[in-house]
Amino acid sequence: MTVLQLDAVTRVHGAGDNTVHALREVSLTAATGELVAVMGPSGSGKSTLLNVAGGLDRPTSGTVAVEGADLSTLRLRDLVALRRRHIGYVFQDLNLIPSLNVIENVMLPHELDGVRRATAKKQAASALAEIGLAHMAARYPDEISGGQRQRVAIARALVGERRLLLADEPTGALDSAAGDDILALLRSRCEAGATVLLVTHEARYAAWADKVVFLRDGAIADSTDLSSDGSAASAR
Amino acid sequence: MHTEYMSIRHGLLALLSGGPRHGYQLRADFEASTGATWPLNIGQVYTTLSRMERDGLVTPGETDEQGRVVYSITEAGRAETTRWFSTPVARSDRPRDELVIKLAMALTAPGVDVAAVVRLQRTATMRALQQATKAKHAARAGTAQRLVADSAIFQIEAEQRWLDHCETVLASSSEAHGGSRPGPHDPPSQEESP
Ligand SMILES: Nc1ncnc2c1ncn2[C@@H]1O[C@H](COP(=O)(O)OP(=O)(O)O)[C@@H](O)[C@H]1O
Ligand SMILES: [Mg+2]
Repeated sequence: MTVLQLDAVTRVHGAGDNTVHALREVSLTAATGELVAVMGPSGSGKSTLLNVAGGLDRPTSGTVAVEGADLSTLRLRDLVALRRRHIGYVFQDLNLIPSLNVIENVMLPHELDGVRRATAKKQAASALAEIGLAHMAARYPDEISGGQRQRVAIARALVGERRLLLADEPTGALDSAAGDDILALLRSRCEAGATVLLVTHEARYAAWADKVVFLRDGAIADSTDLSSDGSAASAR
Repeated sequence: MHTEYMSIRHGLLALLSGGPRHGYQLRADFEASTGATWPLNIGQVYTTLSRMERDGLVTPGETDEQGRVVYSITEAGRAETTRWFSTPVARSDRPRDELVIKLAMALTAPGVDVAAVVRLQRTATMRALQQATKAKHAARAGTAQRLVADSAIFQIEAEQRWLDHCETVLASSSEAHGGSRPGPHDPPSQEESP
């Protein structure tokens, strides 16, 4: 099933001499269980693509559909509900709140969403257990390592029934073994039925994906797809 | 070929430094350490053993009940193993890289779309990287095999970074000099940071 579909998405910032074409006619699909990586140099439109895909930004033209729903036709209330319940976001700056401990950070969005505290806590605990950080629940963000903070941010994005996960450089400045752990985690979410759109500029992380899309000046320059053919897809 | 013989030879010596073995055992142990990356055939193993015997690095011993000769490492063999582990591998021993030659020639020969050559290769290299990554995670191997698989992944990744670099240099030089082409031998610069 197609979870995310972008059709000829263009995003133009500014006007007149300051016009920036952040995305040009980008088309892309991601199915259930798929990990799709977006690569490209800085300024190529990766973050814009992720924001548009998650309904945090609107395309200038073209359409974005999440689980079949065209985001431009949703009422604001429904868009907000979709974003909160079905889409998880991991941003470059993790936005963990320093005065809350690990489990409180993971619970917060759900409490804000009206989920009862006890339920939110239970969901948060199972998300933490899943990423191997149950024993860190009572620690504060500055008492855990960078890799662990990154995993907490992912746990927060995973809680509940999130079927689409959007991650912008989630490997940040981690060393390659810790970065691999993050990718293993995202990959296992895909195996559990989630769809992940991952932005990275590092090929070794993009290589975990079923599909890799290269952005150049806002347009897709080329892409590789292993999902249809597990091994013999070499173009050599 | 020369270097391949050298690394098989040293690999077998390293195994023999842990105790005598016959050819089939050596082959199995070699593959257990390095994964399926470099399958050895038994002919290579025995050819290498007989050259090492000639060089005084190993000596044949008893023949077991199945007629297989058990080899032991000699003092000279141990010294050679120690030397191998205490010497870095020289980069110049590696073979010429067809891709580098192709790119240099694409810039030299008339009528070649260099950017297209780079793009085509980058797609193929990315796919190779995806396959290597997938194979690594399917294998669930021990530490030695994992690091061997990682070596392939890092090498493919290095090629990918170099191709990105080529693309950037080609793009900026055609902007800056109205299409004049740079030499392919510029040293790679640092990757951009996120
Ligand atoms: N809010 C904005 N206003 C104006 N220009 C923007 C805005 N957001 C992004 N851009 C521009 O759009 C282009 C793509 O940006 P971005 O998607 O952040 O790239 P990346 O994530 O690949 O580094 C860049 O040229 C950037 O300067
Ligand atoms: Mg960005």
